[in-house]
Amino acid sequence: MPVSLLMFVAFIGITLGITGWAAKRSKETSAFFAASRRIKGWQNGVAVAGDYMSAASFLGIAGIIAFQGYDGFMYSVGWLVAYLTVLLVVAEPLRNAGKYTMADVLAYRLSPRPVRAMAALSTLTVSTFYMIAQMVGAGALVTLLLKDSGISYQMAVVGVGALMIIYVVFGGMLATTWVQIIKAILLMSGTVLLSILVLAHFGFSFAGLFNAVARVTYHENGVEVTRNFLQPGLRFKPPYGALDLISLGLALVFGTAGLPHILVRFYTVPDARTARVSVVWAMALIGSFYIMTTFLGFGAATIVGRDKIADGGGTNMSAPLLAQVLGGEILFAFISSIAFATILAVVAGLTISASTSFAHDVYTNVIHRGGERRPGEEVRVARVTAFVVGAIAIGIAILLGPNANVAFLVGLAFAVAASANLPVIVFSIFWKRFNTRGAVTGLGTGLLASIGLILLSPSIMSVDPPSVTGAARHLIQAPPIFPLENPGILSIPLGFLGALAGNLLGRDRDPGAETRFTELLVRANTGLGAEKATPHPGK
Amino acid sequence: MNRGRDGQLAPEDPTPEVGSATDIAPLGRGAGKPPHELTADEDANVTNWERVAAMEEFKALIRAKRRFILPATVFFIIYYFALPVLVGYAPRLMEKRVVGVVNIAYLFALSQFFMAWILAALYMRAASRFDQMVRRIIEKTQNHRG
Repeated sequence: MPVSLLMFVAFIGITLGITGWAAKRSKETSAFFAASRRIKGWQNGVAVAGDYMSAASFLGIAGIIAFQGYDGFMYSVGWLVAYLTVLLVVAEPLRNAGKYTMADVLAYRLSPRPVRAMAALSTLTVSTFYMIAQMVGAGALVTLLLKDSGISYQMAVVGVGALMIIYVVFGGMLATTWVQIIKAILLMSGTVLLSILVLAHFGFSFAGLFNAVARVTYHENGVEVTRNFLQPGLRFKPPYGALDLISLGLALVFGTAGLPHILVRFYTVPDARTARVSVVWAMALIGSFYIMTTFLGFGAATIVGRDKIADGGGTNMSAPLLAQVLGGEILFAFISSIAFATILAVVAGLTISASTSFAHDVYTNVIHRGGERRPGEEVRVARVTAFVVGAIAIGIAILLGPNANVAFLVGLAFAVAASANLPVIVFSIFWKRFNTRGAVTGLGTGLLASIGLILLSPSIMSVDPPSVTGAARHLIQAPPIFPLENPGILSIPLGFLGALAGNLLGRDRDPGAETRFTELLVRANTGLGAEKATPHPGK
Repeated sequence: MNRGRDGQLAPEDPTPEVGSATDIAPLGRGAGKPPHELTADEDANVTNWERVAAMEEFKALIRAKRRFILPATVFFIIYYFALPVLVGYAPRLMEKRVVGVVNIAYLFALSQFFMAWILAALYMRAASRFDQMVRRIIEKTQNHRG
């Protein structure tokens, strides 16, 4: 399949060129971490979309719709609605009051070292879990998409990992931003093209498409069945199905606004107004993408058929196989390289947010109490961190292997963001009496509750039949104690309660923190004293 | 040398620790100049937060924002969670067909996208009003400074 490989190589070439261009402009601290805060509103919006829509969205949701119809569509809704929380509650205050990381805002009026240490721990947990899930998926996907080219899982993981390290170490936030912008444009054009082809297949008649969707025929356990794919209930089944979906919805709606790799994007624009504009751009792209995913999923179910997709690599191959049927090898190669670009853009975003958090929060502010000892030290530490984080992710992904069950790690990342980060962000911005003890216990409780409940959930605890072997087996072979796959419904209230309880138990009424709340309130709402864009240094 | 709010310390500052903070400008990076040595440009960045917070215009801004953001957030959360709740617990209602084979469940899920976009557009309109209020506050604080 030389066409796929050619397109992969072309994408790699273009992005490395951008990295070289960005490297000259990423020497100063605010240039490396925040692209000098000179990204335009629409550019940042497209980049947010590129940062957010992972291969799990593109291939995963199309696959769920192709296999389980309506329930997959319902699943995708929350991914857009979540941006209302980002728009209404978080983006502007964050841009106005912070510098490089989420912890800047949390530590603003509280005792900086404990709060930053906990916030960094939560950031690194979210980024690492999310990154491992992406890397395992990337390896499996690249081998599947390039299966005739002899690229092994290990080679694919090392390749993806090496590229993301290069983008971030040399090109910083500027290169990451442009990789995300290009990926988002590719992803949107691929999705539009496929949607048009699906509609063309049905003579541009929605009635024709929906009538076919209402009668999808496939084999289930060797028996031919015909199902209405517009009918709910194929994925989320009683007794816990609806509850699990509500729990996921909570994690999305409260978690997206606490995802560190999304939040850092708002520091790359000149001011809060531009941050707001960029959220709206992102919402336009993300929303239309998920609506079109319906056409991809329903198209794959009706035109390719569930049986053929199951034989051709499983749910994740729904969109690529649809492309193959509708547009031949060239379109298959194009869609495959989009999936590849998608993974790279997301892992690069995760790497830069993890290394920014370590360098800015842990190294400079926790270990060295806020002072850079030498100019440029923070950027140097971030570069080393990016390398180390990338190497660790490569190592873990290779150890786990392509069959590891890692999908739950994405859910876990959102659950931690929703249960640990968001309660503390909201309390710090809106509650005058919030104190350090509350922030630390809130972050800790949310983090522990999410991880603990995942360990007790069907993602980790389950009894496999003996035919399931190796890494695909569940870690604990026992019936799950917590019945839902998504812990949000319990862990988010626990995160809020933890923050409240810590706040009351602490009773360290800190008059300083309350005075600085006034300062934070004014800054967050007016942008007075906010970080300014810096001129591009160098050439 | 006194440590700043966020723990900033001038690292290798050879200035002897004598006299008051206004005595002499500390050497090295990190610590700020005493107020009387600030140039006009530097002084422009000093904001009296308490005074801004006490301004009627600022209080009006916070009230106006709260009046929009709070109901909007409550509304979208209820509207969104109505979808899985109704699909999960009132499946018969959701399976009712509206246009051809298209049922309420599909239209309700699709409407979520438009709900999000419309709410975002309404917020953009409201926010440009907030921006004007902020501009007036900033102008006023700058005029007040002598």
